[in-house]
Amino acid sequence: MSILIDKNTRVMTQGMTGKVGQFHTTNCIAYANGANCFVAGVTPSKGGQSFEGVPIYNSVLEAKKQTGATVSVIYVPPAYAAAAIDEAVEADLDLVICITEGIPVHDMLRTRYRMSRKGMATFSESNGALAKDRTPGCRTLLIGPNCPGLITPDELKIGIMPGHIHKKGRIGVVSRSGTLTYEAVAQLMEQGLGQSTCIGIGGDPVNGLKHLDVMQLFNNDDATDAVVMVGEIGGSDEEDCARWVRDNMQKPVVGFIAGVTAPAGKRMGHAGAIISSGKGTAQEKLAVMEECGIKVTRNPAEMGKLLKSVLR
Amino acid sequence: MKIHEYQGKEILRQFGVATPRGTACFSVDEAVVAAQALGGTVWVVKAQIHAGGRGMGGGVKVARSLEEVRLAAEQILGMQLVTHQTGHEGQRVRRLLVEEGAQIAREFYLGMVIDRDAQRVALLASSEGGMEIEEVAMHSPEKIHTLRIDPVAGLSTDEAAQVARQIGIPEASVAGTVTVLQGLYRAFVEKEAMLAEINPLVLTADGRVLALDAKFNFDSNALFRHPEIVAFRDLDEEDPTEIEASKFDLSYISLDGDIACLVNGAGLAMATMDIIKLYGGNPANFLDVGGGASREKVTEAFKLMLKNPNLKAILVNIFGGIMKCDVIAEGIVAAVREVHLSVPLVVRLEGTNVELGKKILAESGLPIISASDMAEAAERVVAAARGM
Repeated sequence: MSILIDKNTRVMTQGMTGKVGQFHTTNCIAYANGANCFVAGVTPSKGGQSFEGVPIYNSVLEAKKQTGATVSVIYVPPAYAAAAIDEAVEADLDLVICITEGIPVHDMLRTRYRMSRKGMATFSESNGALAKDRTPGCRTLLIGPNCPGLITPDELKIGIMPGHIHKKGRIGVVSRSGTLTYEAVAQLMEQGLGQSTCIGIGGDPVNGLKHLDVMQLFNNDDATDAVVMVGEIGGSDEEDCARWVRDNMQKPVVGFIAGVTAPAGKRMGHAGAIISSGKGTAQEKLAVMEECGIKVTRNPAEMGKLLKSVLR
Repeated sequence: MKIHEYQGKEILRQFGVATPRGTACFSVDEAVVAAQALGGTVWVVKAQIHAGGRGMGGGVKVARSLEEVRLAAEQILGMQLVTHQTGHEGQRVRRLLVEEGAQIAREFYLGMVIDRDAQRVALLASSEGGMEIEEVAMHSPEKIHTLRIDPVAGLSTDEAAQVARQIGIPEASVAGTVTVLQGLYRAFVEKEAMLAEINPLVLTADGRVLALDAKFNFDSNALFRHPEIVAFRDLDEEDPTEIEASKFDLSYISLDGDIACLVNGAGLAMATMDIIKLYGGNPANFLDVGGGASREKVTEAFKLMLKNPNLKAILVNIFGGIMKCDVIAEGIVAAVREVHLSVPLVVRLEGTNVELGKKILAESGLPIISASDMAEAAERVVAAARGM
């Protein structure tokens, strides 16, 4: 198995006809089982057309009904991306991956609020919500925004990561970054270690799944033996995850936090990568992770070696 | 994006929050004329820079005559104001705010932030006005009252009144405080702020509630729909290299080291800074060229790095995904030729078309030091910076 997606997942692309959407959809279709998995595109007013043989529908709901797709990936421009997430949530998809960078944070606050309200309404019928999921009972899980997406190697890639650097294996990777995730994957490959699933949860301050949520999924996945957790400055998600790992995790976890040298108060590329009021420093995160029994390295070139060293 | 105090107060007034009357001034004469027009017998002359802690640094003075206003304006305008937020070089004062004095009875703190964990807007209020909230949080966290606001219902009158009472606002002034709290919240949401502070909020001797200071930081992702906020931008308050970088859609932050780095991706860029430090060097900047760096973008990035007079060496660290290593290698070669690079350059390429990229660098005839992984790259660039 793997987490969240595999070769049987059926995916629609929101914003497939834009330049970015076209480019990445083409690449995802070309990877492993992508040609069977990518079954629909959604672009309002372009319903009835097709791209690369994939039919386009006017709405998410229509695409779901016609193709059975339960997962969506979003490349819609920032001003409209939150509304695209809302549409996917309204259509009760299982998983939405929002790649778009630059969504206004107040838009995301409203979208996350809607998700939490929807959850309240359907809470009684929820099928085992995640412990720290802030939208209990809402059927739809959100990854991102401002993320590279996720990949279950040799089965399905949904997002913008280079597929060819990955190989099927038993290590889980969760990260707030894009290229730093690829770096971690390349180091695992150096050590001869393939991956079960790799997830970039994104660099925005208000987002969907957090490290903790993904860690829980890896813990329950019998195809994952150990996890690399890559974090960065800002917020306290890594600390929350570390405490959960201390109390619940059955598998080894290693970690790296980017931004030991980042100055306070400056936004380091990612909207969420900012040390505010002295909170969210890399040092603080590393200290909590160590206290919680996570092996950490301060050297970003040693993530792969460190993971290898903790394998039982 | 940050703005000045006088601009923040302008926004607050639009949302019904009372502030002292005041005028922004750009010269000493303007300051005296402004004080005269305001009338009264006490004025406050305040330096307008984006950093906090201005009072401690001598950037805020009380004047009891027009002559004192002139003197204060002369002292503050043009000074290099050093606060705990400016760095040791300080920030040059180019604008003043001249305000009427207020009869202060008590001071309070109000703040609004995006609470990342709760994914809500949070109101912070405290009886400890005039102090930095971080300090209050450290010494007496029980004095900070936090309220996470429901985005649909907004900040209700009852909730706002409760917060006012919690921080010790006397009953007669609770209604006035509710107006301030609700106005601040509406300003925060409608203008799409990431942070807002009124510190201090003052209770005057006659029971009025006034915002004596105003600090805002706006979401740069939302500026496209707020031209009125963009109009407040003061380029003098920003790092010239960072402004230049933003023109080319490069994400750049100046640091005080001497080893520049050019990286694709924010996380990897931070990790590259970290590994330079770990191997004994000092990073000169954060620089993310993004996912689709063209040859032009790479050339501009080199020009930015070369603006640093302390520069001793450059490290390029690229993990090619969408961005192919051969394309970036051609960009590097072209950029190095165009800028006549005079410091050592270490390049580490990985990912899509890496072999082709390395070949292009090797065959360029340029003195580029190649590295196969991040550790080797860091080691080599630190050695190169030391002239070894």
